[in-house]
Amino acid sequence: MPTFEWNDVKIEVDEDGFMENPEEWNERVALALASTEGVTELTEDHWKLINYLRDYYQKFGIAPMIRKLCKETGFPLKKVYELFPSGPAKGACKVAGLAKPTGCV
Amino acid sequence: MAEKILPPEELGRVDYSPPKKSWMDPKVEFRKGTFNYGAVPSSTSYLDLPFSRKWQPTDDDWQLPDNWKEIILNGLKDRLKKYRSLKVFMDICVRCGACADKCHFYIGSGDPKNMPVLRAELLRSVYRNDFTTAGKLLGKLAGGRKLTKEIIKEWFYYFYQCTECRRCSVFCPYGIDTAEITMMGRELLNLLGLDIDWITTPAANCFRTGNHLGIQPHGFKDSVEFAVDDLEEITGIRVEAPINKKGAEVLFIVPSADYFGDPHYFGFLGYLALLHEIGLDYTFSTFASEGGNFGLFHSAEMMKRLNAKMYMEAKRLGVKWILGGECGHMWRVIHQYMDTVNGPADFLEVPVSPITGTRFEHAASTKMIHIAEFTADLIKHGKLNLDKSRNDQWRVTFHDSCNPARAMGLLEEPRFILNSVCNHFYEMPENTIREQTFCCGSGAGLGTDENFEMRMRGGLPRANAVKYVQEQHDVNMLCCICAIDKATLPPLMDYWVPGIQVGALHELVGNALVMKGEKERVTDMRSNPLPGKEVTVDA
Repeated sequence: MPTFEWNDVKIEVDEDGFMENPEEWNERVALALASTEGVTELTEDHWKLINYLRDYYQKFGIAPMIRKLCKETGFPLKKVYELFPSGPAKGACKVAGLAKPTGCV
Repeated sequence: MAEKILPPEELGRVDYSPPKKSWMDPKVEFRKGTFNYGAVPSSTSYLDLPFSRKWQPTDDDWQLPDNWKEIILNGLKDRLKKYRSLKVFMDICVRCGACADKCHFYIGSGDPKNMPVLRAELLRSVYRNDFTTAGKLLGKLAGGRKLTKEIIKEWFYYFYQCTECRRCSVFCPYGIDTAEITMMGRELLNLLGLDIDWITTPAANCFRTGNHLGIQPHGFKDSVEFAVDDLEEITGIRVEAPINKKGAEVLFIVPSADYFGDPHYFGFLGYLALLHEIGLDYTFSTFASEGGNFGLFHSAEMMKRLNAKMYMEAKRLGVKWILGGECGHMWRVIHQYMDTVNGPADFLEVPVSPITGTRFEHAASTKMIHIAEFTADLIKHGKLNLDKSRNDQWRVTFHDSCNPARAMGLLEEPRFILNSVCNHFYEMPENTIREQTFCCGSGAGLGTDENFEMRMRGGLPRANAVKYVQEQHDVNMLCCICAIDKATLPPLMDYWVPGIQVGALHELVGNALVMKGEKERVTDMRSNPLPGKEVTVDA
C-alpha cells in the first residue's frame, strides 16, 4: 500500500492516489491531495465543491450523481473540470477524500 | 480522466506481425494501461472468496497458496465434469482460424494471443497435457503445456482481455462459445484469489446495498426524487416513481448507473416520463436496485446468487412480472442462464402489457422483458404520441450492445423505436452491427481507468465504424442500450472520434414523447435547449 507524503501530511493511498482511510481526511489532506491533481491553491469555489461532496458523502456514503452535483453547486460540468482537471470523480472526489465509484460508470 | 496514452494516430498503427517467440512461451509483461487491479481484501473477504489478500498483477510474487497447482487442476477437472459444453469446447476446435480476426482486442492490439482460438488454446493446452491420453503421453508434441506459475499470469492477462462479447462465436463453425471459455479461465483464477477489483467490489456492493455502485436505500430514494424534480422542470409534469411498493403489477429493475452516471441518467428520465404517460402500475426496489450482474464476470455461483436477488424481491413485493432497463449483460444472464440456475419463476406471471394486451410468450419462464421490447410494442399499437422533431438536434447511429444483440436477439426493437422517435437515423456498416456488432471494448468488468489503453485498442473497430457514419452522414449521437456502453463509449469517442455524444434509447423516447398536459418543451432531457427554442431559455 503506497504512502503519500506532502509537507506534514502522511496518508495511505491506493494505486490511483485515493485515500485508503477516508476518515483521516481533513483540510490539510485536501491540500495535499490537490497537489497531485495539479491544483496548487484551493479557492472558495474549490471548497464549495469539496464541502458539497463531503456533506453528501457523509449522508449517503457515496458521491452524488454528477448531474446533482452540478445543479446543487451551480457549477456546470465545464467549470468542475476547470477546478479539478481530472474531473468530478477522479479529481474532485479524490481531493474530498471519497472512494472511487465502481460498476457501469 | 484517462491514463497517459499514446495519441490515436500512433495507437491506431497496429502491428500484426507475429512475435518471434513461440506461443507456448507464457511470459507476459504487466504494463500500466493494459491490465486491471487486483481485488481489495475488503471486497473479497466480504464475498467469502478464497485466499483474500492484497496483491497486484505487477507484483513478482502473487502469493499463491502452496497447493496452487492442485487447486487449478482439480478445479478444471470439476468443471469438465459439470459442464459438458466445456469438455466439447476443449476437444472440438480444429483451429480453422475463422474467429482469429473477429476479436476487437486482436484487431486493436495485434497480439496473437487475443485471437479467440489462441486465447482458448492457453487453457486448452493445459487441458490437453493433463486430461487427454495424447497429451499425457506426448506432452508438448500433442500441444500440451505443463501448468506453471507463468501460465497463471498469462491466463490472468488474457482472460481479462476478453470482454465475453461472443462476436467470435458468431463465426465459429462449431459454435464454440469463447465467452464460456473465458468464464472458466476466470473461475479457475478466482480459486487462487486472483480476482480483479472492478468485478469483486461491485459484486460485494450489490450484496451489501442492493447495487454495484454501493448506493444505499436512502441514496437511491434521493436520486429518484432528484430525477422526478428534474423531469418536472423539463416537462411541467410531476410523475410518481414508487419504491418498494407492495402489490404493484410490475417490478422495474434498471442498472444502477442509470440513476448515477451521465449519460445514463437522461435515459432514466425517459423511463420515468414513459411509465407515467402510460400509467403503468410499477415499482422500483431498493433491494433489487441493480439490473447488472457482475457476478457473471466472476463465476457461475456469483452470477446465480446475484440473479436470485431480483426474483426474491419480485416474490416479496408480490408483482406479476419484471421489466428490465437498458442493461447489457443482465440479458445474457436472464435469457441464457436464469432459467436453469434459478428458474423457472413459477410464482410470477407471463408478462402481459396492460396497455396493449400483448403477451410476451418468449419470457414465459423468466417472466422478465426488456424495456425496448415493451416500448416497441407500445409504439406498434399506436399508444404513444411522438414528436420526432424534438430529436432533430441528433443525427443518430445505433450501437448494438453485445448481450442484448447476441445473447437475446434484440435487433429490431431498438431500430423500430429509433425510427419512430427521430428523423435522422443512420446504420453503421453491416458487419459491425446486429449480431456482428463490435464490443465497446470495456465489457465484462474491464471498464477501468487503469486498463485505458487496452480499452481504446479494443474499442477501435467500433470507433472506426462510428467514424464512417460521422463522415458519411454527420452523425453526432451514438445511441445504445447498455450501462457499460454509456460509461465507456464517451471516452472511446473522445479518443478516436471526437464530436460524438453517447445517449440512451429512452433518452430519445423521452424527448419525443408528448405527454398529456405537458408544458411547452424548451429543453431536451439533458436540459439543453431544443432546436429553435434557444432564445426562450434564460442564459
